[in-house]
Amino acid sequence: MNGFLNSLELFLQVSAQMGTHVLFATLGAIMGEKVGHLNLGVEGMMLMGASFGFSVAYQTGNPLLAVLAAALAGGVGALIYAFITVTLRGNQVVTGLVLTIFGTGVSGMIGKSISGLALPDSITAAFAAKAIPVLSDIPVIGKMLFDQSIYVQMALVTAVIVYVYLNKTSIGLNTRMVGENPAAADASGIGVTLYKYSNIVAGGCLCGIGGAFLSLVYVPSWQDGITAGAGWIAVALVIFATWNPIRAIAGAYLFGALRGVGFKLQGGIPFLGGVVISSQLLDMLPYLVTILVLVFIGLRKKKENQPPKNLGNPYFREER
Amino acid sequence: MKKRWIASLLAAAMVLVLTACGGTGTQATPTPTAAPTEEPTQAAGIPKEDLKVGFIYIGEINDQGYTQAHDQGRLALEAMGIQCMYVEDVPENADSEKAMNDLIDQGCNVIYATSFGFMEYTVEVAKEHPDVYFGHCSGYMRSDNLSTYFGKIYQARYLAGIVAGMKTQNGKIGYVAAYAIPEVIRGINAFTLGVQSVNPDATVEVVWTNTWYDPAVEKQAAIELLNKGCDVMAQHQDSTATQIAAQEKGAFAVGYNTSTPDAAPNAYLTAPLFHWEKFYVDDVQKIIDGTWTSRAYWEGLSAGMVSLDDLTANCAEGTADAVAAAQAKIESGELEPFTGPLYDQDGNVKVAEGTTMTDDEIWNMSWFVKGVIGTIPE
Repeated sequence: MNGFLNSLELFLQVSAQMGTHVLFATLGAIMGEKVGHLNLGVEGMMLMGASFGFSVAYQTGNPLLAVLAAALAGGVGALIYAFITVTLRGNQVVTGLVLTIFGTGVSGMIGKSISGLALPDSITAAFAAKAIPVLSDIPVIGKMLFDQSIYVQMALVTAVIVYVYLNKTSIGLNTRMVGENPAAADASGIGVTLYKYSNIVAGGCLCGIGGAFLSLVYVPSWQDGITAGAGWIAVALVIFATWNPIRAIAGAYLFGALRGVGFKLQGGIPFLGGVVISSQLLDMLPYLVTILVLVFIGLRKKKENQPPKNLGNPYFREER
Repeated sequence: MKKRWIASLLAAAMVLVLTACGGTGTQATPTPTAAPTEEPTQAAGIPKEDLKVGFIYIGEINDQGYTQAHDQGRLALEAMGIQCMYVEDVPENADSEKAMNDLIDQGCNVIYATSFGFMEYTVEVAKEHPDVYFGHCSGYMRSDNLSTYFGKIYQARYLAGIVAGMKTQNGKIGYVAAYAIPEVIRGINAFTLGVQSVNPDATVEVVWTNTWYDPAVEKQAAIELLNKGCDVMAQHQDSTATQIAAQEKGAFAVGYNTSTPDAAPNAYLTAPLFHWEKFYVDDVQKIIDGTWTSRAYWEGLSAGMVSLDDLTANCAEGTADAVAAAQAKIESGELEPFTGPLYDQDGNVKVAEGTTMTDDEIWNMSWFVKGVIGTIPE
């Protein structure tokens, strides 16, 4: 039993790591969608964050600057998106897609100069997993939460902050109102454009930070397309989490866990008499589950789980 | 209406920037001489100055792995004064055909396709360009102007197995492997036989990643094995992720392809290495001399095509002597790793005592030897 508990703890620990970049990105996407803007550029912003973050980390050796650079890169990407979709009222889907292609290209260009390089020790040391005494000995969840890189823990803290911000503050209330009914928000004196810009850009910063988790902490090195589609998973996880930052934690960690389950089941499924499933099929697990969850949520139609009412619609003041 | 215009302009600008920087265009090395003369006749050979060698790579030349190892070959050719060109990040699909045709259009009269997945496309392009010399790495399809080449890396893996077998404390060794194809299976078996030659009870547990190069996935696979208690890791992957994972968990690791002691200095033991330049220089020299014929080049330790990297201080005591002894025997032909008795995972005799597997059997190996934990997907 002890062996099982131990391996469960280690499994949860890895799952949290594999879910961290997705969690940051999901939170970023939630912030954008809460003001009514569906941003399909998550993948692009993550890649920009990953490449700029790595580049600055390599040149300065300063972990804080690296994270700031990653946030800035993601934020700039989001700013372009916000300008086109908020101010110019361009099509959100097309703009988001272009932002992803754009981000992939930019990161590829930055990546030329940093691929194959190793990070300075100051960075790896700052982001290394550190066990917090006592707390990390808590059964089951101790290792997952308290024997981790500070980056993993910051993702959790960020999720709580975003939750509190959206649901417990008056600014958050205004933010949600902008996404639900911008005309009413405008009438009550809320600066719709300002709210949209600031939330979209802040969300972009989170996406950039999420991407940098891979290049700075988890891998840690640069490779082309390092996010490998995590940005798209994040877009889907927003729906999975029903726009709730706390549920996003569960979604992101589940995604990380499914990746790990695939490796575990290669030798055969223990409870089904060791039936062997091809590893290609196992690699599909997280994506299959994502589709299933999307279907399930679509069928359930609970009122509090619905998207912001004006998600995807540009706001024309004149048409009020 | 004006705003719409600005929006579309902005979008167009983004696409433009993308195309400007996203493409992995061909990168020519400076070309001091005029374009090479066409129509090489195979009998007479081609003067060195008229040669232009093109490489298509699956990865990037500074990936600290597979492609970097091949690129050493290009550098060796350039050191001989031969013009070279290369294309990076070529996917294993019809794009590779385009990449090869591009190189030929730019005057290349020798093409090396450095990854298995380029095989069918290389065959096609070779058929269209009978005057160009082709080499395809790790494949089995040849034609009049298309050779295949590979190294007997399994010999170096056997030696790496000795290093790992002497290092492990608990007899549990992990192996992060890409695809369940004969090349990888052969390597796992040779490694395991090397381990067992010094540590008969040790096991080698395999996890498949289904990718040659994806640091994040490779690392997660390595962590899975390390969490199961493996204290020495080996890899058939193109990145250093396995070694980094081993270092983070206080374990040790054998690398692959190129020497990477700096990626995980506390974990790195050694690595089986390719020396592709041996083949490239030999092959190009044959073209210059006019003695080139289509062949299946498959050489190992004795030809210097593969080797084991220098052992680091992380290795167990006495490892160097054990490795040197085995290497001498392999080079002299006294020791062939795939000599019976060999057993499969269930303990059945697969190769009887005294018999050695033929090159063909070794090349097509599709079963695990005893001591390997893991399954080969159908």
